[in-house]
Amino acid sequence: MTQTTTLSQRNIITMESLTANDIDTILDTADSFKEVSTRAIKKVPILRGRTIINLFFEPSTRTRTSFEIAGKRLSADVINISGAASSTVKGESLIDTVRNLEAMSPDILVVRHNCSGAPALITQFISKPVINAGDGTHEHPSQSLLDLLTIREHKGDLKGLKVTIVGDIAHSRVARSNIHAMKTMGMTVKVVAPPPLLPIGIEQLGVDVCHDLEKGIKDADVIMILRIQLERQNQGLLSSLREYSNYFCLTEKHLSNVSDDTLIIHPGPVNRGVEISLDVMEGPRSLILNQVTNGVAIRMALFYLLLGESDANSN
Amino acid sequence: MSTTILNEKDIARAINRISHEILERNQGAENIALIGIRTRGVTLSSRLQAKINAIENIEVATGALDITLYRDDIGAGLQKPELKKTEITFGLEGKHVILCDDVLFTGRTIRAAIDALIDFGRPASVQLAVLIDRGHRELPIRPDYVGKNIPTPKSKRVQVLLKEVDEEDKVIIQEQVK
Repeated sequence: MTQTTTLSQRNIITMESLTANDIDTILDTADSFKEVSTRAIKKVPILRGRTIINLFFEPSTRTRTSFEIAGKRLSADVINISGAASSTVKGESLIDTVRNLEAMSPDILVVRHNCSGAPALITQFISKPVINAGDGTHEHPSQSLLDLLTIREHKGDLKGLKVTIVGDIAHSRVARSNIHAMKTMGMTVKVVAPPPLLPIGIEQLGVDVCHDLEKGIKDADVIMILRIQLERQNQGLLSSLREYSNYFCLTEKHLSNVSDDTLIIHPGPVNRGVEISLDVMEGPRSLILNQVTNGVAIRMALFYLLLGESDANSN
Repeated sequence: MSTTILNEKDIARAINRISHEILERNQGAENIALIGIRTRGVTLSSRLQAKINAIENIEVATGALDITLYRDDIGAGLQKPELKKTEITFGLEGKHVILCDDVLFTGRTIRAAIDALIDFGRPASVQLAVLIDRGHRELPIRPDYVGKNIPTPKSKRVQVLLKEVDEEDKVIIQEQVK
């Protein structure tokens, strides 16, 4: 009698590979999980006795903490391993590291890596589900899912919405995941950036390209501002941060022609005054902290939906 | 092949009687709360609420509980029970909580529901109201209020249909479809 749901994927590596049905399932499940985080006792027993390993080869506050809190609210044991403190610094290969971890019987592996494709590679060597927590400039699916949940909560339906993504599209795995997911959900995507920060052939993903911030955001239902990735700006793509800000920093001035219902989101961490002004960031349209809250619910949903490949208790 | 064992009027009478029993046992509706187990337990809890309101003119607090996260039988593969919302917006401290469900069978759902409730606080008592008790308990659980006892072989399936969810009110017994 119980209604059931099934994902088409057993790993969450890309948004490109998820169907609209998968995305709806994850968002609906996350929506139900939000309530757990509002309780006085924020814990449910569903993942009791399960082990989740967070394997992070890149710095992270939000994403790593969010995955950890999500696991703990489901009663799983969560182990955090950072690249700098792992045996890879002794020369162990990535594959050897994850195979050794798998030998200790975790139930799910969450992986962030600076190389695009690393999480996909890992899935070929281990049998447990893998969640990509961001790989190079490729994809960051859980971020895209929390963005979609935040948008859906405020707009009701995703289909037909117009989204403008502003900033360093070339280096952004958040942009890539969102472009795939938003196209799948029937949304229209426009990207706004100076030409050096746009990858060649971006139009092939089915997005409109614009080089002018004011024009680009005029009809948008959602404006997604991306972080200028200071750690990836040593390639001389921008003459200076100040010049970038002059043309592409979203300020109140730009919003005078934009509807009050337009939502502003940003995946964090924010460089205040570089890509978004302080007053816009703290303004009424900004949902930056709602995104963080929703991130925990999304990751709880992913753990719930992926768990239990070989459960001894199953009937 | 299915046999109808309760019709719309039978169900209404059962809910009427259970409402009176709840009021009698708890000496009124002052300190009680009705919490329905999703999906049809929630429907029953709102019907009981309406009936109690008609008798005593008191709007009893109601909530909805999804017990998925407390189940003992999750795990095989990617197929998962659909998780729905739990909505309990009031404190349970000192309340006499009446759990409502459509069919009482093995008792495992009620075990999960009690575990979930306790995470929300410490009620003065937890009571159980069900429309159908079909026996075959696997845990030491018994109902406080029963619409109808229907002893049935395990191979049969008892299905409660309610207007709010199923467009009609009736209880039927079917051969188990495998």
